[in-house]
Amino acid sequence: MIEFHSVTKRFPDGTIAVDDFSLVVPSHKTTVFVGTSGSGKTTLLRMINRMVDPTSGSIDIDGADIGTLEPVKLRRSIGYVMQNSGLLPHRKVVDNVATVPMLRGMPRKKAREQALALLDTVGLDRSLAERYPSQLSGGQQQRVGVARGLAVNPNILLMDEPFGAVDPIVRAELQQELLRLQRELGKTVVFVTHDIDEAFLLGDQVVILRTGGKVAQVGSPAQILANPIDDFVSTFVGAERGKRSLHVENHGNGNIVVDETGRLAGVLVASQSTAATASGSESRAGPRGPGASVQGGDSR
Amino acid sequence: MTFLTETLAWLLDPAHWVGAGGIPTRLAQHLLFTLVTLVVAAVIAVPIGFLIGHTGRGRGLAVAISGAFRAIPTLGLLTLVALWVGIGLNAPYVALTVLAIPPILAGAYTGFEAIDRKIIDAARAVGMSEMQIVLKVELPLGLPLLIGGLRSATLQVVATATLAAYIADFGLGRYLFEGLRIRDYGEMLGGSILVILLAIVLEGLFALAQKLVVPRGVTAGRPTDIPGGSSRSRPVMELTIEEGNSHVRNE
Ligand SMILES: Nc1ncnc2c1ncn2[C@@H]1O[C@H](COP(=O)(O)OP(=O)(O)OP(=O)(O)O)[C@@H](O)[C@H]1O
Ligand SMILES: [Mg+2]
Repeated sequence: MIEFHSVTKRFPDGTIAVDDFSLVVPSHKTTVFVGTSGSGKTTLLRMINRMVDPTSGSIDIDGADIGTLEPVKLRRSIGYVMQNSGLLPHRKVVDNVATVPMLRGMPRKKAREQALALLDTVGLDRSLAERYPSQLSGGQQQRVGVARGLAVNPNILLMDEPFGAVDPIVRAELQQELLRLQRELGKTVVFVTHDIDEAFLLGDQVVILRTGGKVAQVGSPAQILANPIDDFVSTFVGAERGKRSLHVENHGNGNIVVDETGRLAGVLVASQSTAATASGSESRAGPRGPGASVQGGDSR
Repeated sequence: MTFLTETLAWLLDPAHWVGAGGIPTRLAQHLLFTLVTLVVAAVIAVPIGFLIGHTGRGRGLAVAISGAFRAIPTLGLLTLVALWVGIGLNAPYVALTVLAIPPILAGAYTGFEAIDRKIIDAARAVGMSEMQIVLKVELPLGLPLLIGGLRSATLQVVATATLAAYIADFGLGRYLFEGLRIRDYGEMLGGSILVILLAIVLEGLFALAQKLVVPRGVTAGRPTDIPGGSSRSRPVMELTIEEGNSHVRNE
């Protein structure tokens, strides 16, 4: 469990990146920080591994104030995955993954063996192990980044827009992979993104931030979608992909899902007969919502 | 023309290849002098350069001091130090170390500065200590530019080490000063040629080293991404436009 207690970060130039931020990040769940550029997401994330120290307030991990811990040691116990993978260009894939375990004293041979196994875990072919990062595609590099983040078997995995630089198809693939991994491993994941769809897909708990590191709303995707607390949240939630309140229209031989503007959103595959009778407001649901699932997406 | 034959005669005279004043001895002195100067300069400049490059602080000061060092006329400094510590090799050592420091210092810190900040940040974020970042990330990635700095320092020292003979019976420069004094232009030119040859050989070695120390991952990937530039552009020029580029690939 990670707890933020009234954390404020003011950079030397006077920028207040995070302002009086308090939050409990539950263990074994994925918490997503989402917000526009400059809303303090990265700053919040980097305070967890002391890459940034708060100006005031404190952060506890499992009850221990991390301000009292040695930063280097703390960082070696926390997985960190960043955009553009941040791999060491002069080390082979397998050595990149083995880096932190070796820093922690694991013998080279064992660390490399374990690194190969981790490549399997993240869905990478072992034949890529002897390549250098520059010889991989962006998506493959990102997977190596995740493998490196998992290498010390950390309880906490910090991910800063890890899928921000890959194309939508690869991104969707990586997102599914992360969901699978998370089902298997159950890490405490803190994930940063500015993509609300990604936040709702991956997050058990979603934190919507406004500029200046102020919390706009915290909740599960379903809670936020159903009850956006204010205009800012409803705009943010709705802005990324048209309007989200969908309703069903019957077109004789099938039920079509249509959004507020009348734009076709997909086909309703009824898993229960009641789905067809759902009214517009009741069919609001996050991507993980129960009942109806929308297929096909944008078919206009 | 006579200079040239005189020079050749001087260079080929077996008598000049033996003894205390012989070419091998003076060449060895010159080389050793260059080596010692470089090592001393590197021991001073490399740690400071790494510190500047790693912390990003003190760069302005380093540039200013380097600039001042460079502006000092070496012969003047040599004379000054010689007046102070006396005739002998100490004065040239001091003067040339001062000469060699700026390029090595610049090579050390620019090598670090040229590294993508994201790589350093990631290394720190996964738990490398500052020392580990320097030794395992910045040093290997910055090495080519450091070698570049050593390369230009070496060239300057090899050339300027001829001045050591101005106040000591030492090195290849002796032939220049001696030749000048006794108006033996063959000896003078022969000595110069030897210095130039030495410089060229060292230059070649450093160029090679500079290529070899580029970490493999940094060069890897590019040749496989882009098929050999020259072999591709040439056929294109020879082809008529209608045949298009698809033909080139089949060749
Ligand atoms: N080292 C720093 N010095 C000064 N200001 C900073 C520093 N790092 C971040 N900031 C400022 O703090 C604010 C929050 O930055 P942060 O990087 O946390 O935003 P973010 O939400 O991650 O944005 P993005 O989506 O663009 O990555 C911004 O206004 C930024 O300019
Ligand atoms: Mg950010």
